Amino acid sequence: MMQTTVRLQREDFDAAAEQRALTYGRTDVGAVVTFTGICRGAESGEPIAALTLEHYPGMAEEEISRHVEEAKSRWPLLGVSVIHRYGRIEPGENIVLVVTTSSHREAAFSAAEFLMDYLKTRAPFWKQVESAQGTTWVDAKAVDDKAADRWAEPKSKPGNQAAE
Amino acid sequence: MKLVYFAWVRERVGKAEEELAPPPSVKTVAELVTWLRGRGEEYAHAFEHPKSVRAAIDKSHVKPDAAIAGAREIAFFPPMTGG
Repeated sequence: MMQTTVRLQREDFDAAAEQRALTYGRTDVGAVVTFTGICRGAESGEPIAALTLEHYPGMAEEEISRHVEEAKSRWPLLGVSVIHRYGRIEPGENIVLVVTTSSHREAAFSAAEFLMDYLKTRAPFWKQVESAQGTTWVDAKAVDDKAADRWAEPKSKPGNQAAE
Repeated sequence: MKLVYFAWVRERVGKAEEELAPPPSVKTVAELVTWLRGRGEEYAHAFEHPKSVRAAIDKSHVKPDAAIAGAREIAFFPPMTGG
């Protein structure tokens, strides 16, 4: 049985409870990877008061769901949960959760990393930093684009497939 | 069609959304950006570096050469910084 959850919410989430929801009472799950992104207290060495996450309602859910479907088609997963918060988030608070379960660890690790890399660069969220200097929008990072690019599907080469 | 703006694009344009009817000569997202830039200083400021503004048509990412015919909602926003 495949379990899938995609949720956007203002409120905090309970990572342990979400993980338990994907593993409780099952004996086919052999690996669970739980990633939680947390708001840091400093951005580029400067202390911050909070982050405010703006999102595109409707598209954010659709875009995340598209990538969850893609992850399910690429790895033999048994469960996926993605929760992304929006609104004002203070240092130490949760921002995002990705939980993946599978029979074996490789699929769970890879799918969780794939989903996080895509959330960073494709999900319509924008972070604004609130600090003593006022508010500024966080710039997209080239390193995040690179991380997402490595998951791009290789061009299919019939020769290679035949060799497999 | 409905145009929606997010993050600093929204702040520079000065509104979150609006209904606009571009002329029929405006066929692609890139042409729409050029047309918007001519609408006033706030748009010229929001789209001063067209490459740093992304677009979505009906909630799917699109490239600047995407056709806008039939679009109900076109969104403009900076590169995403979620996660």
